[in-house]
Amino acid sequence: MKLSGAQMLCECLVREGVVEIFGFPGGTVLPLYDVWPQYPQLRHVLVRHEQGAAHMADGYARATGRVGVCVATSGPGACNLVTGIATAHMDSSPVVAITGQVVRSLIGKDGFQECDITGITLPITKYNYLVLKAADIPRVVKEAFHIARTGRPGPVLIDIPRDVFTEEAEYDYPDSVDLPGYKPTLTGHPTQIRKAASLINQSLRPVIIVGHGVVISRAYTELRDLAEKAQAPVTPTLLGISSFPGSHVLSLGMLGMHGTYQANRAVTDADLIIGLGMRFDDRATGKVSEFAPKAKIIHIDIDPAEIGKNVRVDVPIVGDVAAVLRALNGEVQQGRHTEWLAQIDDWRESHASDVVPDSEKLLPQQVVSKLYEVTRGEATIVTGVGQNQMWAARFYRYDRSDAFISSGGLGTMGFELPAGIGVKMGRPQDAVWCVCGDGGFQMTMEELAVAVQEKVAIKVAILNNGFLGMVRQWQDLFFGKRFVATPLLGPDFVKIAEAYGILGLRATRPSEVGPAIERAMEHDGPVVVDFAIQPEENVYPMVPPGGSIGEMLEAPQPVRSRSSARGHRA
Amino acid sequence: MNAQKHTVTALVEDKPGVLNRIASLFRRRGFNIESIVVGHSEVPDLSRLTLVMGGDEAAVEQVTKQLYKLIDVVKVSDITSDDMVARELALVKVRAPSSARGEIIQLADIFRANIVDVAPEALILEVTGDEEKIGALLELLRPFGIVEVMRSGRVALARA
Ligand SMILES: Cc1ncc(C[n+]2csc(CCOP(=O)(O)OP(=O)(O)O)c2C)c(N)n1
Ligand SMILES: [Mg+2]
Repeated sequence: MKLSGAQMLCECLVREGVVEIFGFPGGTVLPLYDVWPQYPQLRHVLVRHEQGAAHMADGYARATGRVGVCVATSGPGACNLVTGIATAHMDSSPVVAITGQVVRSLIGKDGFQECDITGITLPITKYNYLVLKAADIPRVVKEAFHIARTGRPGPVLIDIPRDVFTEEAEYDYPDSVDLPGYKPTLTGHPTQIRKAASLINQSLRPVIIVGHGVVISRAYTELRDLAEKAQAPVTPTLLGISSFPGSHVLSLGMLGMHGTYQANRAVTDADLIIGLGMRFDDRATGKVSEFAPKAKIIHIDIDPAEIGKNVRVDVPIVGDVAAVLRALNGEVQQGRHTEWLAQIDDWRESHASDVVPDSEKLLPQQVVSKLYEVTRGEATIVTGVGQNQMWAARFYRYDRSDAFISSGGLGTMGFELPAGIGVKMGRPQDAVWCVCGDGGFQMTMEELAVAVQEKVAIKVAILNNGFLGMVRQWQDLFFGKRFVATPLLGPDFVKIAEAYGILGLRATRPSEVGPAIERAMEHDGPVVVDFAIQPEENVYPMVPPGGSIGEMLEAPQPVRSRSSARGHRA
Repeated sequence: MNAQKHTVTALVEDKPGVLNRIASLFRRRGFNIESIVVGHSEVPDLSRLTLVMGGDEAAVEQVTKQLYKLIDVVKVSDITSDDMVARELALVKVRAPSSARGEIIQLADIFRANIVDVAPEALILEVTGDEEKIGALLELLRPFGIVEVMRSGRVALARA
């Protein structure tokens, strides 16, 4: 069957099970947009900025485990995708980005809206393609989806010149891929697994650190089995959050720069670290030379290049976390670490990192823990970057698996709203709350129009402190309180919402928080809630940049009265 | 051979942009690569590459793993501790007025170098060997006046 390149691409997308495509048109992709009406199975979502398209595809991918697809035109359109692609790359999210390119005869001639997007994205994609003939499209698309979603997932970019979209060729979708240099290892080596089990069985003070890999591999039950069998407490990195029930007795809360006291202390005192699907990022480890100084380290990850990259590892195991854990759990004996767990409880009780402060003034911790209460822990939380992200990570208790979505590796402000729209489109039954900063929200708030146009009922909670809060916090603590370029004038967010035809609400006192969230939940459609929080509130504990995670700055207030943030503990 | 240096060989797919991907990887991760040589291998559509790098075991292990992570890279081997054959080729243009010519030709003979071009005032010598041998010849030629040197970088194969 002869088809144009554009038709072939659509056929391939349908074959890959794609439904939503997030994109923005322009000259070089016009031939593609022109054939879309022939493929009613494909739903094109028109974004307001291409960065939004990449984040939506990324959010959609994280929410569904399927590949998210975005489209942009050549030159500026492709360049606008870059931040979103880099975000997906750092967080191993399967995204396929399709960009238009100038016609083949103009490539390299600096023609109108030409840019070398395969060159630009070389270090921020898992792989990328410049397609020089239409006949290659089926193979390239097949490979791109395969590469994006298998092994350690990641973004793949396909750059297609305009005249390749219009060129006709014989269409034949391949059944398999032939990539001799790409064969991810899925099952762990039995000898290594035996060694790991023996270390676990001998350990007196084990700690399991879980990362995004556990979420990507959906290894929730396997992780729980391991933790309960080995009686090893579990601490997630930022992106490992919600891979282990937050109320579980073995849950330590988050690790790292803004981790809980007990998590950071436990890792520092542990005699064994079991790292699962994580990469020992500096925000999690603090000063690497002082990380877990007394511990042997078992590292399980699907990417061999992560092993030994940042920390020395005693027992490396390359493989898919779920598969490796299934094998490992069979060899782990029932442990008992009464003393160790009592010590951890002691740290938890004496330092109370998890406690929501009582205050007349509206505090972000109150907002997030109220959100937990009202949504009964069943919402999917998508965060911005900065203080709001840390509060969302620490004060919502993630009992449900895979309910926390955030830009961890790149820390991309502006991720929250578009990613949240993608998440909600991928999980229409879920309550999806974007927890935003007032700064980050202003970076991509134009995408509110998409929520309206596509009827995506996301709920937006702006933790409005009138500051680029996290940067202000660094200035507060490490730059002599010189608040340069962090006080932030924002618009009236309620009016912004209303201008888009969206329900806008505001809460300025603690008593207004619950009702506002309830009202937002009841409303059938997108809602923006502006929470006027205490501007100077900082996130604690904090490990100063470059410091050891065993040494944290804690909240200056002497003793804080406690409320029920810890909730029930299983 | 210098113990600090590692020799890594790789089989890579012969596709446009492969060298760019490899070079970009080295640049971005700050790997210290001394030389890199690529050419066709015995397998159609696959090229073989030899690279020489300094650094400790951990650095070499990272280079190997990161290289292997590239989709177009099929196989990577650190052959430093293997029994291997390593060679480099150099072309040396040296000033050679008739008065000096005899002595240069003698040197070339000793080093089994070939004279591949003769001009009125200069000769081009072609020499293969390990880096030390080439270095030694260059030292001896220096007093005559070396005009240009082109060195290939190391190519290597593990012995059977
Ligand atoms: C695109 C981008 N630019 C700059 C930064 C640096 N940065 C990190 S947190 C932060 C402040 C965020 O302010 P806001 O969105 O209001 O969140 P808050 O910390 O106040 O909760 C900044 C500027 C970033 N992470 N991303
Ligand atoms: Mg703010």
